[in-house]
Amino acid sequence: MRVDKVLQIAWKGLARNKLRSLLTMLGVIIGVSAVIIMIAISAGTEKTIEEQITSLGTNLVFITQNFSRGGFQPGNPGQERGGLVFDDAQSIADGVEGVEGVVVEQNSTQNVDAGSTTLEDVSILGTTPDFPSVRDITIANGRYFNQAEVDRKQKVAVLGATLAEELFGDTTPVGQVVSVGNTNTKVTVVGVFNKKGQVGDADYDSRLYVPITVVFQKFTPSQFARIMGDRVRMIYVKVDDSMPLDDVILQIQLLLAKRHNVSLDSPDFSVTTQEDIIQTRESTTAAFRNLLAWVAAVSLVVGGIGIMNIMLVSVTERTREIGIRQSVGASPNDIRRQFLTEALLLSLVGGLIGVIVGVGGAWLYGKFSGMRTVIVPNSILLAFVSAAVVGIFFGFYPANKAAQLDPIEALRHE
Amino acid sequence: MTKRMIIQIEELTKIYGKGDIEVRALDGVTLQIHENEFVAIMGPSGSGKSTLMNILGCLDRPTSGRYFLAEQDVSGLNKTQLAIIRNKRIGFIFQSYNLLASSSALENVMLPLLYNRNGSAGTTEQQHHKALAELEAVGLVDRAHHKPQELSGGQMQRVAIARALINNPDLILADEPTGNLDTHSGVEIMELLRSLHARGSTIVMVTHDINIGAYAQRVIHFRDGRIESDEKNGKFTAYPPAQEIPHESG
Repeated sequence: MRVDKVLQIAWKGLARNKLRSLLTMLGVIIGVSAVIIMIAISAGTEKTIEEQITSLGTNLVFITQNFSRGGFQPGNPGQERGGLVFDDAQSIADGVEGVEGVVVEQNSTQNVDAGSTTLEDVSILGTTPDFPSVRDITIANGRYFNQAEVDRKQKVAVLGATLAEELFGDTTPVGQVVSVGNTNTKVTVVGVFNKKGQVGDADYDSRLYVPITVVFQKFTPSQFARIMGDRVRMIYVKVDDSMPLDDVILQIQLLLAKRHNVSLDSPDFSVTTQEDIIQTRESTTAAFRNLLAWVAAVSLVVGGIGIMNIMLVSVTERTREIGIRQSVGASPNDIRRQFLTEALLLSLVGGLIGVIVGVGGAWLYGKFSGMRTVIVPNSILLAFVSAAVVGIFFGFYPANKAAQLDPIEALRHE
Repeated sequence: MTKRMIIQIEELTKIYGKGDIEVRALDGVTLQIHENEFVAIMGPSGSGKSTLMNILGCLDRPTSGRYFLAEQDVSGLNKTQLAIIRNKRIGFIFQSYNLLASSSALENVMLPLLYNRNGSAGTTEQQHHKALAELEAVGLVDRAHHKPQELSGGQMQRVAIARALINNPDLILADEPTGNLDTHSGVEIMELLRSLHARGSTIVMVTHDINIGAYAQRVIHFRDGRIESDEKNGKFTAYPPAQEIPHESG
């Protein structure tokens, strides 16, 4: 039998029951579109992570305090100061080879008053002069504060792009004075950053940047500071590209262990690289992707069972037709091919609709959820091929049943 | 002159069931039918005539015995080989026409060509031509694009006859071809079969109607799975010569 004839007959067979064919395809449509949307979402997430790598650089090391393992424990004489302190940063800058820059961060949330506009709960980030270079962010207007200003606890500030716009609108922020927090600390704006955008959880554009010493003095609860020293949340170290990262990390670990009087087996700090963070994110994405892959696989199988079900009904309904075809010379193979082609056509047309729904769905999802979606051409191929495999697999049993019909019985069927 | 043997069966037996419920539908039948014979097989229901038709039509296989169709032994063939025989060598005419309801008359006539092996059916264009020629021969060329439900019983049976002829079979098997028709249409169909016979076809027809059986050259009576009688039909008259065949009958 010629292929075009087989296709033509199968198409006619399906077109006779349009609604039924459409409902049968629904499972495949859902399965295929799920595959495409799922891959689009995870590809979008991966792309976002990839961009973070290029925006932050891989040569960045984070040091955070580690309370769970030998951190601050009252009554333990050697560790009463515990955790990371401001001086740790300076000693890393001075004592570790291959360090390009060290930034200390301590954050706080305060109201900011620019005279005409008052913003509540603005994120205040106390940092050090290396911040723009380490975090790869550039000044649009004015300048960043310098070491002298940090040392002298100078009340100066640099604004994120969005914050500057919200506080001052079209007027130039540089030179203006804003009032921060309950203490009404007056700080002078010396610069405005260019837009950086959202990186991870942090929105760089809506923060107020001040010397870290100002945060210690004005915005962290004073009792806390008196007992603990000038505690910092995090230290960022930018490592010289030519230095092996592991070497630098080891140096930092040894130095901090010595300063904190702890052993390396149970440190009160932890050192992570940009790569570690990316890997954690990727494993989360992978788990999400696996879950969706299962959902897609299950709905494809359910779709396949639907196809098998309808094909079995169809074989029974068309027993007489099968008998007629057999009587004029259709062999078991001819009959099998006809029904297999119908099943395949059902799954492929379902697959095609699924591709359209999937691509459209991924686009809409990206538009309305805020999550990035990237449509991967190979995912369309994958979805299409799995639909075809489902059609052949689940179409085989009904097609075989039709092929094995006894022509005499089939002709007698009403 | 000796004519080619179209059907040669030897000691053909068909047994249904086993043990106590064993039924011998055919019980050692031996029969020969030559080319261009017009044979009627008659007998009451349960006499084995339908079973014989199924085996002659290669729809069924005998329990024992040999069957040569156009000098080819077909008693041991598998399902696919039997399908090829049905396609190339046999044309069926059924009591209930057995046309595909959703296909036009033309498509129904073309159906056997669909299952021709090795692309011997030619292009779609050629198949159309061939099917139209067959429809013309049965006087239905103007109904080519009608669906079966738009045709009368007699017209449907003529479409079925055109379908039976399209692969130039060695044997035409007609199973109660007039069973569902009124007398007038029945006569038309029988005249058509007679004209086919006159043009050289070999026809084996099953019927229980004596008036229909009278159209045949030779009448074989069956009873209890055996041949009861096998005789020439004294009243048989040859159909008028080919040039007088009324193409537009009915």
